[in-house]
This record gives sequence, structure tokens and C-alpha cells, in this order.
Amino acid sequence: MDYKKDFPMLNKGIIYFDNSATTLKPKSVIEEVSNYYSNYSANAHRGDYNISQIVDDKLNDVREKTRKFINAEKKEEIVFTSGATESLNVVIKGFLKNYLNSKDEILTTKAEHASLILPLFDVVGKTGSVIKYIPLNDDLTVSLENVKKMITNKTKVIVISHVTNVIGDIRPVKEICKYAHKLGILVIVDGAQSVPHERVDVRSLDVDFLTFSAHKMLGPTGVGVLYGKEKYLKKVKPLIEGGGMNASFDSLGDVEYKELPEKLEAGTQNLAGIFGFGKAIDYINEVGIENIHDKEIMLKRYMVEKMSKLKNITIYNKDIQNGIVTFNVEGVFAQDVAAYLNKHNICVRVGNHCAKILSEVLGVKNTCRASLYFYNTKEEIDKLIEKLDNDNILYESL
Amino acid sequence: MDEHLKRSIMIEHYQNPLNKGLDDTLGYKKVNMNSKTCIDNLDFALKIEDGIIKDIKFDGEACAISTSSASIMTELLKGKKIEEAEEIINNYENMIEERPYNKDLLEEANCYDEIYKQPNRKKCALLPYEGIKKILKGE
Repeated sequence: MDYKKDFPMLNKGIIYFDNSATTLKPKSVIEEVSNYYSNYSANAHRGDYNISQIVDDKLNDVREKTRKFINAEKKEEIVFTSGATESLNVVIKGFLKNYLNSKDEILTTKAEHASLILPLFDVVGKTGSVIKYIPLNDDLTVSLENVKKMITNKTKVIVISHVTNVIGDIRPVKEICKYAHKLGILVIVDGAQSVPHERVDVRSLDVDFLTFSAHKMLGPTGVGVLYGKEKYLKKVKPLIEGGGMNASFDSLGDVEYKELPEKLEAGTQNLAGIFGFGKAIDYINEVGIENIHDKEIMLKRYMVEKMSKLKNITIYNKDIQNGIVTFNVEGVFAQDVAAYLNKHNICVRVGNHCAKILSEVLGVKNTCRASLYFYNTKEEIDKLIEKLDNDNILYESL
Repeated sequence: MDEHLKRSIMIEHYQNPLNKGLDDTLGYKKVNMNSKTCIDNLDFALKIEDGIIKDIKFDGEACAISTSSASIMTELLKGKKIEEAEEIINNYENMIEERPYNKDLLEEANCYDEIYKQPNRKKCALLPYEGIKKILKGE
């Protein structure tokens, strides 16, 4: 399958290996965004005229598509946000802050993204609860056994990503939920790196909350999703108040919020982005999420196999089943490697990938990360390998 | 300066940086420069006496461009009056940003005169000079 006809960015002469940061967009998504501004550019919740009705119907459609995509029970459990970062902030600051008491324990890991850890630090500071880190295995993965070891009678919630953005390991979320729920412990999962790449079924996993971003799965920037089981989502306090989310208020300050999901969607939403996101889901459904997953694993195996033959490369996550290859070139600072590859129009990410605590575990501060998506090809990987098979990378990076 | 010479100067200063390490910098004015957009993270320490830069040291982890640029800068500014140092910094920034500049003031730092061709590397070349500017401004 040649995706070049669908993705304008695949025709720009660059090789894009930074899909964990954001993905490229197909024409159908771009056109849908433009379609909103060209043909029915009205606000939502104003059913007084036709084009506003179209907006309401479309919003409803995309919410339903999203529900189906992650197999939520009700579409009211789907809240649109500006991205996974906002979703995490809403659930952690709007829910956990009130849910946790002093000395309650939160379990997470040292491999988490800033958007999960920093809100947790805030909540800990305000509630007096405590963060405990689940130990990582030698290969940096998380096992149910290690989770069990850390659970005490004070553990109230486990907050982890489904798949990490540096190593890309898939956490045993289903098993963790099963065990945690028996003990009355909630599980909040960031799916920003899993939902775009594999089947995520919130009911099968039984997660209490799930967060993810549209732009990491072919959709526009500025759109994200917060899923929550209705009984918990109802308890989330809006962090932002305004129009569209209140049912009534008076001069005495008595405010009544709307029902879910509107309660958590104050102000005018990113309508164009949400509609574009709907087309992104369509595109992924057409390709098939299982096919996407298989293709990424095939591409990663191919990359690891070729890279392993180069004597100057260290790979940190060889055996992890996904589309992320984290590596360093011996004797060359990661940033110089990226600058060198950039000269050959190859985009890789360098740094600590927003998971700054992970360096404590990994023993290396900065790495290069090539993250793949289904539209990448073996030919692109061959080009990367050809460029890395070079003793003069430092010199040529300058 | 031909391209090979430029690269050789950068590599020499990257692999054997001068004035690197912040030992014995008690009483120096210091600044940390942690790039917002990349992973360069360098500390600078400056000793000023009677309006003259008596000593500059730096340390930290950064790419080849940032590290070599810091090393060359320490040599370039050491012993200069503050006004002279400001003049050099000004000219260096002009060179990086493709504005007119006096290359006679920049000595080895002229090796970065084509860094504008890699826009993503300009910030690396500028980082050490921005650090010293911050110290001089008393920020």
C-alpha cells in the first residue's frame, strides 16, 4: 500500500521518524478541517439555524465514533479536550485532588511523561498524599508482580501510561486493573502512545480513566479525549468554567452545571479539529488498527535487525514489541546525530523525550528516538541505516 | 577558512575544550543556560575585576557546536574589557544572524560563519554568548 497519495507530507522529500511526537495527516483530515471553515462555520449548541444544527450533529457523530473506537459504554463518557495533557490535568487536578486524602498513596513509575507526573506533583503538594514509584524491570518494563509489591492498604490509585514514549513498552494494564479493582484501587491510564497503535478497549481493559491525543493518531493538533467511567467522570470538577457547560446561575453565585460531557467542555470547542479527528478515526478504521500494529512491529524488527549489524550503535529497547527504536551512536552526542540525520532529511527526536526521571534508571541522559507509523517504509529505514553506517557522523554533523 | 579547517577547529574544541570545569570558581558570577528547544545544558562562570574579564569557565553537557563555541568564546573574551567583550559578542551574533560584522574581532570563532545554513544549529552556537550577556547584564 502506497500512502503517498493520501499524505501530502509524504511527498516533501523528508523521512519522518518522529511519530511519537506527532503523526502526519491524511488529506481527508485536512479537507474536513477546511470544510468546516468553508461550509458550515457556526458555533455548537445554537440550534436556531441550519448550519449550527450541522455542527451539533457532527459533534455528536464524532463523539459516537470515538466511543466506538475505544468501546466505551456511553458517548457521554467521552469528553473532548485540547489534548492528552489537558485530559490528564483535568482528571488529576479535577478528580484526584478531591479523591485523595493525606497519606494516601499514588503508584506510578519513573518512566512517565511530564504531563502525567507534573500534575501528580501538584496534587501531592496539596493533598499530602504520597507518590510511590513501581520498580521497573531490567528491560525497563512494568510487571504485575512489581505493582503488587508496591501496593499497601494506603494505595488509592495507580496512574501510568499504557505505552511509554521513550522505551515504548506495553504495560499489562488489564491485569493491573483486575488486581487493583479487587482492592478498591482506581487505575488512570494515559493512552497517548497506545490508542494510535493498537486496539484499546476500555471495557475489556476495565480502566477507570483513559486519556489520549488526536494529533498522535492522524488528527489535528489541539484535540484530545478524556474517557472516564460515568460514575467517576461525574465526580470530576471542571477546571475551567464558562459558557456551554452551565445550565443556570444567578447573582447569588448559585451555579448548576450541565450534564456530562458538556460540563467538562467549557467555552467553544476546537470544532474544526474535532471534525478532522473524526476523519482520522475513519482513516485508521479503514487501514485497520491491527494492521497498523503489525506493520509497526514488522518495521521495527527490520530496523533493529539492520541497526544491530552496525558496530557503532547502541539500541536500548530492542525486544520491545512496538514501533519505537531508542538508540545512541557511540562517541557522538545524540543531538549531533539528529543534526547529521537532518542534513539528510531524516527527522528523529533527540533528548529525554519529556520523561526526565527516566535517565535515573536508564543511566543515560539523552538518546535518539526513531518512532514509526504504518506509512513508513523499509526503503526509508534502509536510508537511515545507510546514513548511520558512517564513521564520520560527528564531523559531518557540523 | 575552508570547510575542513572550520570543522577541524570545532572538533578540536569539542574533544579538548578549554576552560571546562567549574573548580575554584568561588566568587565568580554564574549562569546556567538550559536550552528551551534542545538538550544543551551549560553553566558559565565569570570573574570580573576592574571592568576586565579576568577568567571564564564553563561546564555541562551539550552538542559539538555548543561545546566548541563555548570553548572558543572563553579564549576570545578572557582578558578583555567589558566593552570589548560586548563588542565581540555583538559581532558574533551579527555573524550568526547573517548581518554585517567585523570578522577581525572573532578569530577562531569565524569557523561558525556558515552555521546559518543549519537554522536548527544557530541556537547552539549562540547559547554560550547569551549566557555571558546575561551575566554582564546582571540578570
